[in-house]
Amino acid sequence: MKLELRGITKRFGTLLANDHIDVVVEPGQIHCLLGENGAGKSTLMNVLYGLYEPSDGEILLDDKPVTFRGPGDAMAAGIGMVHQHFMLVPVFTVAENVALGAEPTKAAGFLDLDQTRRRIREISDQYGFDVDPDALVEDLPVGVQQRVEIIKALVRNAKVLILDEPTAVLTPQETDELLDIMRQLKSGGTSIVFISHKLREVKEVSDTITVIRRGKVVGTADPAASTTELASMMVGRAVSLNLDKAPAQPRETTFEVRDLTVIAANGQHVVDHLSFQIRRGEILAVAGVQGNGQTELTEAILGLQDRVTGSIVLDGKELLGRPVKEVLEAGVGFVPEDRKVDGLVGTFSVAENLILDLYDKPPFAKGISMSPAKVMENATARIGEFDVRTPSAAAAAGTLSGGNQQKLVMARELSRPLRLFIASQPTRGVDVGSIEFLHRRIVAERDQGTPVMIISTELDEVMELADRIAVLYKGKLVGTVPAGTSRDVLGLMMAGIPPEEHAPTPQAGSNPAPATNAEGADHA
Amino acid sequence: MPEQHPPKHAAEGPGAADKHDGTASHASLAEEETAAVVSVDTAGGAMEPSAVPATAQSGKLPGGPDTLLRRIFTGSGMVSVLAVLLALVIGGLLIASTDKQVATTSSYFFARPTDFFTAVWNAATRSYIALFQGSVFNPRGNGVAAQFAPFMETLTIATPLITAGLGVALAFRAGLFNIGAQGQIIVAGILAAWVGFALHLPMGLHLLLVLIAGIVGGALWGGLVGLLKARTGAHEVILTIMFNYIALYFLRYLLNTPAFQRPGESNPISPILDPSAVYPQILGTQYRLHLGFILAIGATLLVWWILNRSTVGFEFRAVGANPKAAQTAGINVPRATILVMALAGALAGMSGVAQVAGTEKVLTDGVAATYGFDAITVALLGRSTPWGTFAAGLLFGAFRAGAVQMQIQTGTPIDIVLVVQSLIVLFIAAPPLVRAVFGLNPRRRKPARTAKSKQAATTGGAA
Repeated sequence: MKLELRGITKRFGTLLANDHIDVVVEPGQIHCLLGENGAGKSTLMNVLYGLYEPSDGEILLDDKPVTFRGPGDAMAAGIGMVHQHFMLVPVFTVAENVALGAEPTKAAGFLDLDQTRRRIREISDQYGFDVDPDALVEDLPVGVQQRVEIIKALVRNAKVLILDEPTAVLTPQETDELLDIMRQLKSGGTSIVFISHKLREVKEVSDTITVIRRGKVVGTADPAASTTELASMMVGRAVSLNLDKAPAQPRETTFEVRDLTVIAANGQHVVDHLSFQIRRGEILAVAGVQGNGQTELTEAILGLQDRVTGSIVLDGKELLGRPVKEVLEAGVGFVPEDRKVDGLVGTFSVAENLILDLYDKPPFAKGISMSPAKVMENATARIGEFDVRTPSAAAAAGTLSGGNQQKLVMARELSRPLRLFIASQPTRGVDVGSIEFLHRRIVAERDQGTPVMIISTELDEVMELADRIAVLYKGKLVGTVPAGTSRDVLGLMMAGIPPEEHAPTPQAGSNPAPATNAEGADHA
Repeated sequence: MPEQHPPKHAAEGPGAADKHDGTASHASLAEEETAAVVSVDTAGGAMEPSAVPATAQSGKLPGGPDTLLRRIFTGSGMVSVLAVLLALVIGGLLIASTDKQVATTSSYFFARPTDFFTAVWNAATRSYIALFQGSVFNPRGNGVAAQFAPFMETLTIATPLITAGLGVALAFRAGLFNIGAQGQIIVAGILAAWVGFALHLPMGLHLLLVLIAGIVGGALWGGLVGLLKARTGAHEVILTIMFNYIALYFLRYLLNTPAFQRPGESNPISPILDPSAVYPQILGTQYRLHLGFILAIGATLLVWWILNRSTVGFEFRAVGANPKAAQTAGINVPRATILVMALAGALAGMSGVAQVAGTEKVLTDGVAATYGFDAITVALLGRSTPWGTFAAGLLFGAFRAGAVQMQIQTGTPIDIVLVVQSLIVLFIAAPPLVRAVFGLNPRRRKPARTAKSKQAATTGGAA
């Protein structure tokens, strides 16, 4: 099925989210919409899916104009959408979720889930999805949940499948699997609209790339174009994807974690006898597949975890057992992995969020009396410094795009003198232009002599930023290796295989003494 | 070291989502409003952990705790105004339906419909004019003082409503649903009254002690709820409801002990408070209006300052809007919980003082009347803002003050005022309904009818 968007315009009040966008998706093609966060990609897709009514323009299916008054119409016309945040009922089985909304019934209105199960198995076998129709959705890993969403669309005979930032929630392995699935769907004749800002994936699977910037189509690109070229098109200016950071000049060790163990509510040792050190002026990147103790490690340092043993020493002072406030006051800057849950109060203004952990410190407060003028002053300065794109300092932080929210959190945490900077997933869901900026700020903090700890599940980011890389697996330190260690070695380490067990890597030239076990490397 | 359990999914994150039930439901704003129409009757349910919507990753979604309840309490002031209007209109129709003239004219409705409509109009307006005259300005009064007497009565009745309403509103801004104003008023009343009649102290000092005793009593009763919640995780709604009962029956018990009974009497009524222990009547003896009203204005200012200008209020609001982020930012959430409940109790305590030292001057088991429960409505109508609550308190005060006059003048039952109040709550709980009535809704898709469009409703959350 050929899908054409002609002159689609969508206004929200004075904001022009889509400005005369023309896109043609040919049958059996993977068509990528590339653009920064807030460029209008999702708005466009919501128009296509019938969630928004376009202010102007028309949608054509096989050259016939159509109007969608809701997702129901879009689905009936053969358009399926997989949202960034899944629309599944966690306590339902896969089959129940798939049936939901178009439940097949037997005589007398009895639910015919067998029919749905059959369809799920057919599709699952055809594309190698490996999905059990009777599994509970809440028990499934995120990657499989996403496949359930895709099955939902396919069961409804979707000819055009919209995938909205599908890889944002996936591990590298799951991402590769998804890209495979997309290729298979394509060979099966399904057209795919792939929304993303991750250049590597886009280049890998797309047939055509349409670049959108500030609500307008700025051009189409060839998937063979270089990532730098694509990034520049997307951001609208030359972007350097290589950080080119100067080599670290590590000084004395001021931060040390010794024999740290965190026990989760279910009794599991989610962080297991972990020891490492960070020196002033270096970046330690903690790599690992999501869910191997990274979250608990950072929370333990900050004082958010209850059952912790071991020792966390910063500048000679023990941090363990202290309340969060004292840890922050000791000079710890913390960027949590989920800005919306832990980093920001969505209904608070940008200005208030910029002082969320400084609200009771001078100059923002004298005693318990706060000074709104100082808060605004600070906001204006930080917004300028970090280029936070917001209508005003009084706008609610929740209305900002992901990248700008992240800048906001980063601006807050970097706006006071730090003795340790911890950033968890510092660029998750952030567009290319902002990633570059945020990375530079992190390196700048390092160069001021702050020990920096980056937790990231994205290998690219780890390799980009790290001076040393520590790999976590099931709460244990697999090893600490120098920057420049190959992807393959890191990949194996992320699967729990210590570096000394691999065959010596050929390009180890830049690798002095393939490190090592926890203690060994750290005392080196 | 203990045995190790190699974690299979080691890092689901320890209860990130479960700690605060309220954080569960997020969808886009537009969708939530649609959802509100459907789920009005489950408003209570919004506080239960069941509110896991059709999203797979409840804890990870944007927006902070934005439950239905929260939206109802802090929605736009416009809806409040419209809800009051709408409630008055429907109340008017109800009044008309009981009117004799309306009944007569309806029998020949088709012959002369204008008679019927005129009768309806007259019945409703007559009652409302009486209500107005009973609560704001009575032109038939003997002299200016008497003409404004109804308004002074409104202010008097509004006083406890305002302070207790502020208590509910303040707690709500910190994410706590304080149903316990009633109990807090009672405990404050007990302490204030006892100081008022049992101690005999000089002018000034005595009243000050009465006030302090009441405020401390309310603060303890509220703070205890905060403490239990912070330490044990008990839900404040259950706690406050139960604490209301405890307070009421404790009061009834006390009123049957010699220490609280009038000497030589066995009725459950306390001695009259010393003259040195009661609020002075600020506009002379012809009005009941007492110093408590000035204190209520002061309390409103104070709450405004706390919420908008103090670090404490910043903490309250942060904890109310996103407790996880507040905790991560170093805010002591348990401490904020205890503190805000104590402050809420102190505010409700001021209502208790206004009752015993302002209007009643004795302690009976009816000391709190229904002020503690009306306070919830007042905070609701006032959108949990200090001045909104103040205005809502005045409105409800006017209803109560005018209702008597309305019954005397027109025979309209007092209960109609209760009906209007209830309608207001109903409409506030259903903003889309109010906007629909006034034609203010944004363009909406046709309601779901077929299975296909039902799907539309479920997937709509991605907007």
